[in-house]
Amino acid sequence: MSAIQPADTSREMTGAEIVVQALIDQGVDTIFGYPGGAVLPIYDALFAEGRIKHILVRHEQAAVHAAEGYARSSGKVGVVLVTSGPGATNAVTGITDAMMDSIPLVVITGQVPTHLIGTDAFQECDTVGITRHCSKHNYLIKETARLASALHEAFYIARSGRPGPVVIDIPKDVQIMRGPYAAPTAAGHKTYKPQTKGDQTAIETAVEMLAAAERPILYTGGGVINSGPHATTLLRALAALTGAPVTSTLMGLGTMEHRHKQFLGMLGMHGSYEANMAMNRCDLMLCIGARFDDRVTGRLDAFSPHSKKIHIDIDRSSINKTVRVDLGIVGDVGSVLEDMLALWKARGHAAQDLEPWWADIAGWRARDCFGFKQQGPALLPQKAIQRLWEKTRDQAPIISTEVGQHQMWAAQHFGFDAPNKWLTSGGLGTMGYGLPAAIGAQLANPGALVIDIAGEASIQMNIQELGTATQYRLPVKIFIINNEYMGMVRQWQELNHGGRYSESYSDSLPDFVKLAEAYGWKGITINGPDDLDAGIDAMLAHDGPVVVDCRVTKLANCFPMIPSGAAHTDMMLEGEAPPTSEPDEDAKALV
Amino acid sequence: MKHAPSEKHTLSIIVDNESGVLARIVGLFSARGYNIDSLTVADVSTDHAVSRITIVTSGPPPVIDQIIAQLDRLVPVHRVLDLTELGPHVEREMALVKVAGTGDKRVEALRLADIFRARPVDTSTNSFVFEVSGSTEKVDQFIALMREVGLVEVARTGVVAIARGAEAA
Repeated sequence: MSAIQPADTSREMTGAEIVVQALIDQGVDTIFGYPGGAVLPIYDALFAEGRIKHILVRHEQAAVHAAEGYARSSGKVGVVLVTSGPGATNAVTGITDAMMDSIPLVVITGQVPTHLIGTDAFQECDTVGITRHCSKHNYLIKETARLASALHEAFYIARSGRPGPVVIDIPKDVQIMRGPYAAPTAAGHKTYKPQTKGDQTAIETAVEMLAAAERPILYTGGGVINSGPHATTLLRALAALTGAPVTSTLMGLGTMEHRHKQFLGMLGMHGSYEANMAMNRCDLMLCIGARFDDRVTGRLDAFSPHSKKIHIDIDRSSINKTVRVDLGIVGDVGSVLEDMLALWKARGHAAQDLEPWWADIAGWRARDCFGFKQQGPALLPQKAIQRLWEKTRDQAPIISTEVGQHQMWAAQHFGFDAPNKWLTSGGLGTMGYGLPAAIGAQLANPGALVIDIAGEASIQMNIQELGTATQYRLPVKIFIINNEYMGMVRQWQELNHGGRYSESYSDSLPDFVKLAEAYGWKGITINGPDDLDAGIDAMLAHDGPVVVDCRVTKLANCFPMIPSGAAHTDMMLEGEAPPTSEPDEDAKALV
Repeated sequence: MKHAPSEKHTLSIIVDNESGVLARIVGLFSARGYNIDSLTVADVSTDHAVSRITIVTSGPPPVIDQIIAQLDRLVPVHRVLDLTELGPHVEREMALVKVAGTGDKRVEALRLADIFRARPVDTSTNSFVFEVSGSTEKVDQFIALMREVGLVEVARTGVVAIARGAEAA
């Protein structure tokens, strides 16, 4: 192959070389992919290219989740390279996942040559058609001359505004033909110009409303993390200045130190009692980079009925989408918070006397909604996760999860003190996310302790990625909370479907220890409370990848829980009698 | 949020004239369950770089706001104008209306066409194709009258609209 030089001026290259050069010029050092017929020219250009490390996954879905884990734990754009047809369709779940959770990705897909497009050629699919609504933007590049600018545009679009995945579909002949290459320029985009600076008048109003509130709450989300570490610092400063309680969505965990006295924990369906009660009773809600997801609001007509609501979001379509707010501020969270802080200080506002409000909150906190009692020989999953946290907290680990009960228990019982440490599929709820995400995070953070807290059902959805970690010597840990059920499905069947556990059991499970060993991992079993500490210690002591099969009690439910169609004030807590009758049809129809 | 009374809005969407842009917009409406009462699209620039899409949609005001915000964040969309909200504007559509008949019906069809300033653009001894343009209501009314004198088939363009006055909206 021809040597690829640093590109300063426009010159001719093959399409495949343009792809590689554009990645280098965009500062990409790691990509995740899987070769196939329609991307062979790009793989050829990557061959012996020392500046880009290609991570060969075992399934294209995992390539996308790994790129997500890489992006979320590093703040950089994740890059994926897959072939046409099944390569692209396998990537669709990951692309949709990144879309829902606003993760910046550039996904490059091979396509059959342009003259075969539309003929049902071998491994042809309409990739741009399929991904149109699960990507932030997508391109089918029919001329090599358009390739360089499209790639640079894709990176710009992926990372600016509300981040998301951008798909570039490149027919094989376009990869082979020669065309001009130009390095990226600082110019933005001719039509896509997200508003980052908030409206000053709206910000002034917001500061006055916040200063006048008697029962304020900061409701924060993944937008704070996407805005960059600076936004986390600003959020903490705003919390300190106002003295207001702070709650976070699943996506925003880590922006407040979890043991901070003003932090009420996660809110929503499996959030804390105090966070949900405070959301219900507040007189001013300042929503910062969150989107009033249905997991958060519960029943909409009973959602925080007495509050004025302010919403800061970089995506105008998130404002007033499901919940009508009194004041919307379109802008980057970091920029708006900076302006709010400056204004608060300039106007000499002092924190309101929030004593009565904090007294109410103290009453809700006293319910100890996440409390549990470990007794007997069966290990509680909450206990397992709590001990995992206690034994690893000094190392500030990066935690990924799969989806289900274990994910919610991890959110409740694992403490996060910094952003970019918590990687979980929130919007799409993708089982099989955690292992590839952990692999991506480990590559972005080579020295970090990275643990995938998994369930025994979810982990099997991308179990083949054990091989990827082995190949690249990634010391990823998988901590399987094994209750031999698809626990969240079983819990819903218990609560909503009369305990008829239709197909929600995990039969014919593999021996996870032997499976780990077959891939060159270490395998450890934890059978009960007495093994727990030793098992975690052994996991941490091993410098390679480890699977821990942590056997827990089978029928534990994840509480607190706002049942489907219920209001924040109708939370069910552990030990409270479950409803005696099945819910009505409207409630049953909700997910 | 969807319980407020429904309103009809005419949106003018200026987009890059690139492949897939119409699919993006139509797909957004179907994926999010918004209504399209009519849709027209054509290239409107000398260099063929920009198209104007006119969509007549209906929904409660919060839904209309959402539609505009959702359209506005699509990458190839330059801008979205809610002509209904912006004020005085002209809306027109054109229809080709085929009627067949002889004798009194044929004469009556011609008389009605004259009143509506519809022009025959094709004729045979027992049929006409009329070209009629105007507001949606006028076109509707013309077609309704043609039913009584031998309507065969109709083709309509859907609404195109533009703001009144000297300025570009």
